[in-house]
Amino acid sequence: MEFFAWCVIAAGIGMGLGSFGTGIGQGLAIKSAVEGVARNPGASGKILTTMMIGLAMIESLAIYVFVVAMIILFVNPFTDQVLQLAGAAH
Amino acid sequence: MVHPFLFLKWLVEQFHLHVADHVIYTWFVMLLLTLIAFLASRSIKKVPSGMQNLMEVVVSGVDNMVEETMGPKGKTYFPLIATIALFILISNLIGLIPGFYPPTANVNTNAALALTVFVMTHVVGFKEHGFSYLKHFIGPVAWLAPLMFVIEIIGHIARPLSLTLRLFGNMYGHEIVLMIFLFLVPFLVPVPMMLMGVLIAFIQAFVFMLLAMIYIAGSLEEAH
Repeated sequence: MEFFAWCVIAAGIGMGLGSFGTGIGQGLAIKSAVEGVARNPGASGKILTTMMIGLAMIESLAIYVFVVAMIILFVNPFTDQVLQLAGAAH
Repeated sequence: MVHPFLFLKWLVEQFHLHVADHVIYTWFVMLLLTLIAFLASRSIKKVPSGMQNLMEVVVSGVDNMVEETMGPKGKTYFPLIATIALFILISNLIGLIPGFYPPTANVNTNAALALTVFVMTHVVGFKEHGFSYLKHFIGPVAWLAPLMFVIEIIGHIARPLSLTLRLFGNMYGHEIVLMIFLFLVPFLVPVPMMLMGVLIAFIQAFVFMLLAMIYIAGSLEEAH
């Protein structure tokens, strides 16, 4: 039965670690974008577009972690097996 | 985590049919897009106004981007790219209407779109370069070829995977967050999340379209 506890812990900590790296990465991207706009306000349209694309790319890493967390919590492939083993033990 | 009430699903169930959620809403998006296209092209005027004007802006925007990213040879693939962009945009946006479910929140829709782009990439590569399309996988130096081949294959397989999961994760995550907020505090608190949902819908449609263009342009160009 600790299987489920470990599943929840894994999903929570995984999501936290995933967001950590993504936050730093996106922060660096926005830092460069804002510096670019500050130097050259006329190019802000292109810089904004490129920044949005870059942010979406970096965001997708956190999204992969989110998908794995959802799989662990909701469509865990081992749940049936564990429940069977737990039911057989009792 | 089940969606509380889906309007079109209820409608289809009145006819005693069992069709999956995302299929019903894909049909709805198809109907909507056909309707918009019909309304925009009903009486074409030289000086456009109304729906024709709006669709001209959208179509010419996508056309400019296709020309910019893929060059003149890319114009052939404009229908595919524009269809992908409009379908994903409308699919993402209808998720914000209560009682509607975005078909892109299901892995199957996204996998279909991503696999279409993946197959198109290779078909275009073989059509354009013939058998020497395989030179794209060799890499710059000849004696590194076996290693580069494996790395390129892995990179190519990662493409439809990342396209699918990026769109799925964004849309499904947004649905989950909205459901949790509606469960906790249904009054006014989900509204900022829905605003972010509008932004995410546009950005994800744009990013999918851009990546599709880049992949197809990558197989159109000469090997490095």
